[in-house]
Amino acid sequence: MIEIKDLTVKYPGKNEATLVLDRLNITIATGDIYTFIGPSGCGKSTFLYVLAGILKDFSGTISIDGQDIDPKTQRIGLILQNYGLLPWKTVHQNIMLGIKIKKDPPELDEYKVYILNQLGIDDLLDRYPKELSGGQQQRVAIARAFLLNPDLLLMDEPFSALDAITREEMQELFLNIWKQNSVTTFFITHSVDEALYLGSKIVVFSPSPGRILEVLDNPCFKLDNLRFRDEYYAMSTKLRNLMGLSRDRVKDDKSAR
Amino acid sequence: MLANGKWQGALYSLALVIIVWQAASLILNIPIIPSPLAVFINIAEIYQGKMEIHVLHSLSRILGGIAISILLGVPLGFLMGYFEKADKLLSPLVYFTYPVPKLALLPIIMLLFGLGEVSKLIMIVLIIIFQIVITSRDAVKSIPAETFRSLQSLGASKLQMFTEIIFPASLSEILTAIRLALGTAVSILFFTETFGTEYGMGYFIMDSWMRVNYLDMYAGIVVLSFMGFCIFIAIDILEKYTCSWR
Repeated sequence: MIEIKDLTVKYPGKNEATLVLDRLNITIATGDIYTFIGPSGCGKSTFLYVLAGILKDFSGTISIDGQDIDPKTQRIGLILQNYGLLPWKTVHQNIMLGIKIKKDPPELDEYKVYILNQLGIDDLLDRYPKELSGGQQQRVAIARAFLLNPDLLLMDEPFSALDAITREEMQELFLNIWKQNSVTTFFITHSVDEALYLGSKIVVFSPSPGRILEVLDNPCFKLDNLRFRDEYYAMSTKLRNLMGLSRDRVKDDKSAR
Repeated sequence: MLANGKWQGALYSLALVIIVWQAASLILNIPIIPSPLAVFINIAEIYQGKMEIHVLHSLSRILGGIAISILLGVPLGFLMGYFEKADKLLSPLVYFTYPVPKLALLPIIMLLFGLGEVSKLIMIVLIIIFQIVITSRDAVKSIPAETFRSLQSLGASKLQMFTEIIFPASLSEILTAIRLALGTAVSILFFTETFGTEYGMGYFIMDSWMRVNYLDMYAGIVVLSFMGFCIFIAIDILEKYTCSWR
């Protein structure tokens, strides 16, 4: 279980600090996949960097099963929009990076080979990232995260740089692998469609400064042929309204001043 | 190894130098410009008996000077590039001392360290280390912050940041700095070898000149250039193997 209490992040500015995240409170159940949706600039990525242990300047508490968050003790898989692969390492060296840092046995055992097969990158191991397509690079990044056997998987708009067809393929592929290894996952997106397809819960962020507007149960999660169903349409409308509403609220705030 | 095209280029440029040289020697027809053929024959005749020991001395000084500069300069540059505080403290020092004409310090260095090998190495290091420090620092600074994110989220140590990211990311630029340093090192080497030693290509060339042995003098110049050429090629090959991901 991950408990986030009063998480507040401010970026220091020249005169005054900018409030990026404003008192986030949320409890995440182990083995669930949460999608976080909100307009750009709402601090979603900042939120993820705090969870990843990259951004250490925050107030409030984050604990994983009662322990403070620390990338040295927990295993955190991070998948970024720009893939986060190291260009001077081959695919094999890249997917082994987490294993190397965590000092796991470096052999490609049955499980690892299975994941690589699932992702269809088992014959690309000797290539360098620049020799791969965007979709292939993202598969490598996903493989790296899953081979780490993470306690927590953090994904920052991982598929948004891909073309529409590749994106849907990757979403499906990711969900397939995820179902076999239910890792607690934070998935950040700005796409309503993606939030509905991938999230068992959907967290809606307000525009800057980021606050949690609402946490929704997603009835569409794990439904087949989702995009053709009534539930999908209903939830999609609800989400769009929520996000639209939150924008109107800001407009009202500004005109009221 | 080098691609065929590169070898061809090297042959063409060598041919061009020889043609211009031959033409100058024919037109001017004075002893101070002997024909290239005579010089090449002379190299073949004197290399083993007379010249080899000088080549080995010069080579060891150049390689030693470059090696020391890399061992000191690259870590220093990395620290300055990675840690903001180190940069703020050391950059002014580097900027202040870089433009000081180091050859002007030669008398002091010779008084402190004598006329031997140590002074020569210090001279070479003093002059080329700055290029290496500044290039390594800037190479680290130009690595995008996102590159470090995956490793940070894995809880990697500072040392792992250096071995997994900083070193491989800046290697190619450091090799370029070494190429530039090499050219400078050969010039300084020549200067430092004109006194306080009886071995080295600088000594050999100046000694031949004093003895009005122009054939030997040219042989020395050609061999010194060839030595530089070989080190350049070695760096190219090293880059090809280590930076093939580019």
